[in-house]
Amino acid sequence: MKATYSASGQTLIFEENLCKGCDLCAHVCPKKILTLDKSRVNAKGYNPMTCFDIDKCIACGMCGIMCPDSVITVLKEEKAV
Amino acid sequence: MSKKVLMKGNEAMCLAAIMAGCKAYFGYPITPQNEIPEYMSQHMEESGGVFIQAESEIAAINMVYGAAAGGVRAMTSSSSPGIALKQEGISYLVGSDLPCVIVSVSRGGPGLGGILPSQADYFQSTRGGGNGDYYIPVYAPSSVQESVDLTIKSFEIADKYRTPVMVLVDGLLGQMMEPVEIKDYKPTLIEKPWATNGDSGRRKRNIVNSLSLNAEGLEETNLRRFEKYKEILKTEEMVENHVKDGDEMAIVAYGTPSRIVLNAIDILAEQGIKAGLIRPVTLWPFPYSTFANLPSSVKNILVCELSMGQMIEDVRQGVQGKHPIHFYGRTGGVIFSPEEIAKKAAEVAKGGA
Amino acid sequence: MSKVVYEKSRGLTDVPMFYCPGCTHGIIHKLVAETLVELDVLEKTIAIAPVGCSVLAYEYFNCDCIQASHGRAPAVASGLKRTNPDKIVFTYQGDGDLAAIGTSEIVHSAHRGDNVTVIFVNNAIYGMTGGQMAPTTLTDMKTSTSPFGRGTASSGIPIKVSEMLSQLPSVAYIERVSTHDVAHVRAAKKAIKKAFTYQMEGRGFTMVELLSSCNIGYGVSPVESLSFIKDAMIPYYPLGIYKDVS
Repeated sequence: MKATYSASGQTLIFEENLCKGCDLCAHVCPKKILTLDKSRVNAKGYNPMTCFDIDKCIACGMCGIMCPDSVITVLKEEKAV
Repeated sequence: MSKKVLMKGNEAMCLAAIMAGCKAYFGYPITPQNEIPEYMSQHMEESGGVFIQAESEIAAINMVYGAAAGGVRAMTSSSSPGIALKQEGISYLVGSDLPCVIVSVSRGGPGLGGILPSQADYFQSTRGGGNGDYYIPVYAPSSVQESVDLTIKSFEIADKYRTPVMVLVDGLLGQMMEPVEIKDYKPTLIEKPWATNGDSGRRKRNIVNSLSLNAEGLEETNLRRFEKYKEILKTEEMVENHVKDGDEMAIVAYGTPSRIVLNAIDILAEQGIKAGLIRPVTLWPFPYSTFANLPSSVKNILVCELSMGQMIEDVRQGVQGKHPIHFYGRTGGVIFSPEEIAKKAAEVAKGGA
Repeated sequence: MSKVVYEKSRGLTDVPMFYCPGCTHGIIHKLVAETLVELDVLEKTIAIAPVGCSVLAYEYFNCDCIQASHGRAPAVASGLKRTNPDKIVFTYQGDGDLAAIGTSEIVHSAHRGDNVTVIFVNNAIYGMTGGQMAPTTLTDMKTSTSPFGRGTASSGIPIKVSEMLSQLPSVAYIERVSTHDVAHVRAAKKAIKKAFTYQMEGRGFTMVELLSSCNIGYGVSPVESLSFIKDAMIPYYPLGIYKDVS
């Protein structure tokens, strides 16, 4: 199940059912906009990671790099020159 | 075209391996098989193959595992304590259905034992020392010529059934020189679509693996392997049976000791005792049916081994109580003489043993 | 137009990894997979993973894979690479595997200068079997078989594999890197890329030691386990290049 968070310049896509709620992505996020959703569990039985403020996301990709389970895809809108 | 050459058993098996298209040899020095790594170090490269002197027998069999997984014909060799070390790798080769040839030149044991010829590794070869449900075909030549022929055959059988195959000789045969006829031979190499040779651009990726965490899955794999064994048991058994109707005794021996038995049989004939040799050539599959169908004239069976008696258990299983079974063996590297065997056989014939 | 800043590498399969939450094996798998794709060698690569947590690596790396017996992967790699010299061969080994049962095989693969790459994942513990002491377990560190802390009098002082192997003359490249933060993960990838590039150039034996974590084995959270790498492991296992023939 994909959870997509999108703002004007950046998109985060979480493959939620692969998430094991380890928190490493949130730990390295420079904007501190990721948090586990304690109100629900995914197919694996873990609280899935979510983004609560995509507007602040700078699409740096660090969450993706640190995620051991390849849950996260990070997209950035390229500005027309 | 063929040529006749005088060769030592150990070297002849190397020549045969190269003829059979062996492209990788990995070994470790141990007496009495050192001529094998020595020969291979000299000849593998010129035949387009690779030679590595490994740091241990364990490493050598695992190098075989790697080369075999990659799809090439691979071989290792060793002697008793070294074969013991290879058992982990042999079990993995079986578990991953990989073909290879293992030459075992056995010596006296247990432990470090001695370096003289012995057949005390019958159990090690036919029952395996590795873990799990498995068998491997074991060929036991009795002459240098036969060791050439069976080494070539071993590579074919290994590929055909995707299994390790062992050529088991005693130190005597390894060291003995005899004339050998080398016939022209071109190996027929079969396709190995399962090989992990880094060609996944052209096919789906391959996995060589013996792990199965699912019990039913592992059972299924084992059952499939035993279907293969059924086929081997049905078609690959080899035995030389000289017992004729009218013979009162069958003498059973394999490998070079069978030649000593033939001399003993001549001595017995002079004494009026008719005996015939049964020589299992494949130790697994063991020729059980030969023993179940002996002529009714056979009153006794004498099993002769250079051990305390190991093959005798298979003979018993084959005979199934139909004939009395006797044993004569020497162990620790001592080789029996024809006279010793004839003496024992005569006692048996008289009902004294 | 949106540009992909980060996505899962096609060097990995779609099989969900069975590693514990927060285990850095997943990160290291990604680095290797991304490297193989970027170097355009994935389709000619054979991965060899022996026994340990990474025993199921053959499920994850999207190339030919061999599962080897405990500690023996370097010997398997030797046999495979010598007979397939134009292919890329790497082993993926933990510290329980490489630094204990497999010391003979790793030393001699390095000694022969086999043209293979070793990905050595050092988390200072046996993870798969339940957190037992490894030769790499830090002094005084508690594990399930060192309940009072690793005593150096009985178990010796932790083995430094990169330092040891870099003494062997045939070795081409050895670097120790870490996975405890993004900057170090990026540096780790550079090292992995260099190792595989050296292999492609036929330079000989290459190894990257990656300091990794086992939060379950340490009994801490995944995030805390990263601090363990930084604060406890790196001071004893210094990062850096130990051998480079270039």
